[in-house]
Amino acid sequence: MSTETLFHRIADYASRPDPYPLYAELREHGVVRQDDGSYLVGTYDEIAALLHDPRISSDRRLRTVPDPLGPGQDDVPPAFIGLDDPEHDRLRRLTMRPFGPPHSPGRIDALRDEISRIAGELADGFGGDGKRIDIVDDFAYPLPVTVICRLLGVPTEDEPRFRAWSDTIVAGFDSTPGEDPEQRVRSATEARRAMALYLGELAESRRGHPSDDMLSALVNDEAPEGRMNRIELMTTSVLLLIAGHETTVNLITNGVLTLLRHPDALARLRDDPALMPQAVEELLRYEPPVQMLPQRTPLADVEVSGVTVPQGAPLILVLAAGNRDPLRFAEPDRFDITRPDNQHLGFGSGVHSCFGAPLARIETQIALTTLLHRLGDLRLVEDPPPYRTNPVLRGPRHLVVEPRA
Amino acid sequence: MPAEARSDGRIVIVGASLAGLRAAETLRDEGFSGELTLVGEEPHPPYDRPPLTKQVLLGRVRADDVGLPRRRAVEARWKLGVRASGLDLYGKKVLLANGEQLPFDRLLIATGTRARPWPDPDAARLDGVFTVRTRDDAGRLAERFAAGPRRVLVIGAGFTGSEIASACRERGIEVTVAERGPAPLVGALGGTLGAFAARMQRAHGVDLRCGVTVTGLKGADGRLTGAELSDGGRIDADIAVIALGAVRNTEWLAGSGLAAGPRGVACDAGCRAFDMYGIVTDDIFVAGDVARFPHPLFEYQMLSLEHWGNAVAQAEVAAHNMISSGPHRRPHLTVPAFWSSQFGLNIKSIGVPTFSDQVVVAQGSPEEGRLVAVYGYRGRVTAAVSVNRAKWLEHYRRLIETAAPFPPGPGAADRPESAEPVPSDVPDPKVLSHGPTVALTGHLPDRRLTLVRPGG
Ligand SMILES: Cc1cc2nc3c(=O)[nH]c(=O)nc-3n(C[C@H](O)[C@H](O)[C@H](O)COP(=O)(O)OP(=O)(O)OC[C@H]3O[C@@H](n4cnc5c(N)ncnc54)[C@H](O)[C@@H]3O)c2cc1C
Ligand code: HEM
Repeated sequence: MSTETLFHRIADYASRPDPYPLYAELREHGVVRQDDGSYLVGTYDEIAALLHDPRISSDRRLRTVPDPLGPGQDDVPPAFIGLDDPEHDRLRRLTMRPFGPPHSPGRIDALRDEISRIAGELADGFGGDGKRIDIVDDFAYPLPVTVICRLLGVPTEDEPRFRAWSDTIVAGFDSTPGEDPEQRVRSATEARRAMALYLGELAESRRGHPSDDMLSALVNDEAPEGRMNRIELMTTSVLLLIAGHETTVNLITNGVLTLLRHPDALARLRDDPALMPQAVEELLRYEPPVQMLPQRTPLADVEVSGVTVPQGAPLILVLAAGNRDPLRFAEPDRFDITRPDNQHLGFGSGVHSCFGAPLARIETQIALTTLLHRLGDLRLVEDPPPYRTNPVLRGPRHLVVEPRA
Repeated sequence: MPAEARSDGRIVIVGASLAGLRAAETLRDEGFSGELTLVGEEPHPPYDRPPLTKQVLLGRVRADDVGLPRRRAVEARWKLGVRASGLDLYGKKVLLANGEQLPFDRLLIATGTRARPWPDPDAARLDGVFTVRTRDDAGRLAERFAAGPRRVLVIGAGFTGSEIASACRERGIEVTVAERGPAPLVGALGGTLGAFAARMQRAHGVDLRCGVTVTGLKGADGRLTGAELSDGGRIDADIAVIALGAVRNTEWLAGSGLAAGPRGVACDAGCRAFDMYGIVTDDIFVAGDVARFPHPLFEYQMLSLEHWGNAVAQAEVAAHNMISSGPHRRPHLTVPAFWSSQFGLNIKSIGVPTFSDQVVVAQGSPEEGRLVAVYGYRGRVTAAVSVNRAKWLEHYRRLIETAAPFPPGPGAADRPESAEPVPSDVPDPKVLSHGPTVALTGHLPDRRLTLVRPGG
């Protein structure tokens, strides 16, 4: 089959449960031009180099070729994930100040107990013997949004409202095959706007009344880079929610799925829970929630493995293919929770590398540890499970398990 | 020799600091099961030096809290507080200052460097005159800083001197920096970044005097009172920190027959020491600040690096090669890299900036306090230095490794309007007060120059 249609084949819903053979095909061809003028890259070294290359932009507005995934969803300026330096760097630094080192080294660690409690409560709600559980709806889905609410400082009484918006926004990334996606996208755009306004107002109300949360720090703390304006504050807080939501859901769900498929690894983890951090890294390599980065564009003609990718062309970096590159990882298709030297691309790399990685790591470690002792007696009701349609943020839509007979 | 034969026997490591510790850990990690002995002149277990001029002088970390984190437990005999005083190549023994002799099958030399002292020994003994190399030095200086001195004089504006000046300003202490060269850091980073560093220092209230030498330190009743400058000026100061670069600890090898001298111990790319005839030994290895080794990316010139990362990488290669034979040995090819923090800036370097004839600010700008400067030599990229932009350096590492054309092409994010290369202005190291951190101890490009004895 022609490599010109590789992206269509990857995007085809039928490929969702196992896109890895297509990624192997991509790696074999190095850099692959698609019939719509976009380019796919799937080898580890080339992806890593491009992620560090200052000529590769994350700002989709600079594209000169029609965007395969359509234009941005609304008219507000992009959040920092879609900006280049120096704007990207300024906003990322401002956001990092109340989130992590060097200014807030303890913020994420302080959330540990809270996350354990939330995960424990969700697991306790699983119901009595013999009942089926949907890992997605009953566990993985509610966890990240609750955590991000605590982090930002959304009052508990507003959480249901917040959660409704986030559900709608996340649903906008997906479509049921055959359905007209427009309605979903419109609702998502509205929810995003409503949430942005809400967060903007919430932040304003904290101005001059600092409390111990990120929004409060963002409006009250003075940084050498200045302060965010209201629009920036809104786009950034919405980014924190969106970038950390479905990704974490998928990592937890992929984790449960992968462990149920590898009972030996599950047993090892249960004997030695100290292996969990390594196991989560291996999950990020083996089943990364962000399968590809579709928003890159070269600012000049760039040569990749002997192919010239022209300025302005959509450049898609397939992280999940790089993560299985045999030139980088020995036996890449093997799930090995003690894999040494596991520098996966699951969180990207370079200046845009995942901002929330420390949080995502502990959330997933705690979530899977909470489930560890219950999983041994469970079986998958359906394997492969039904997937979401989205090929970029790939993961099961439901993951139904039931007690072993 | 079969490969297995190398995983036992007796290994001695002289120098129990960063390189020594990492080598010991690697040896055990890779299955060395023989007898391992570490000899260190300092009484302390291995500790980390970079925080000494940073967190310790700022009073944030105590000098005895800088122990190096251990990667693994190491079964070894530790002989601390003992100096090695000689090496017997024929008898394969290390001689210790306490009269003991340590026989070995293989030896690792990791004795690093010490601070170059003030040339006048009487003045150097005045109360208030310091160098900073050890945790004891830094602990004593931090105490003096805490007591609120009236003025500190820093002599030499290399990385160490500049970091000390930065710590003074952060603590609100008045500081004068005297540098013989035209600007701070110029010996390591050249003219463009030197000029930037000078502006930064002045903006932070440093009394910076370039192009002058300190001709004498003055004292009364055994205490420092001030210093005289070559331009006729006089500085009143109750503390002087001598930051004139480092001296390699090779005296104990004098007469041993190894190629060891003021420029370090010469070794091949596999960390095996050369003897004085230039014949490579097979059981004596070198790593860290004391080593001098050829690097293919820099035309096989012999490099001596005073870089934390180099000490670690080279120690790992040396350890691996000590217990491997023939084709299982690895070369030490890591691209040199180091960092420094001063005046609120995070400076990172990759490659060898002094191995250059031109430099261009490829991203950002000095005015905005963030930049990447890229260095080239005869049309290829040889180094890059970032200020508050470390995450971009990985890209330039690839350019250095692949000898990519200089200047780098267009299209980089945050690229300044005019990205025209200018001469890199790496001065003749003889004019500097401080030793260049990267010493090209062969010959400098274009100038066929042998160094390295700044001030000497
Ligand atoms: C204040 C300071 C700040 C620094 N900051 C940075 C930085 O920001 N970034 C960076 O990349 N690098 C920095 N460095 C450099 C870095 O610390 C060195 O590259 C590193 O310590 C080298 O390690 P080493 O083990 O080779 O040598 P050393 O650390 O010098 O250790 C050598 C050891 O050998 C011992 N020894 C010497 N002679 C004998 C003998 N005859 N017998 C027994 N023992 C002996 C010494 O006592 C010493 O303990 C800094 C150094 C200093 C001093
Ligand atoms: C398992 C969970 C997660 C995965 C797999 C993941 C993955 C990624 C990846 C691959 C990128 C790079 C995007 C790019 O280069 O274009 C990224 C960026 C980002 N992530 Fe995550 N992420 C996760 C969780 C989170 C969480 C919990 C947060 C928020 C707290 C978060 C916030 C961000 C932000 C803000 C960015 C943009 C960074 C920038 O542009 O500088 N992520 N993430």
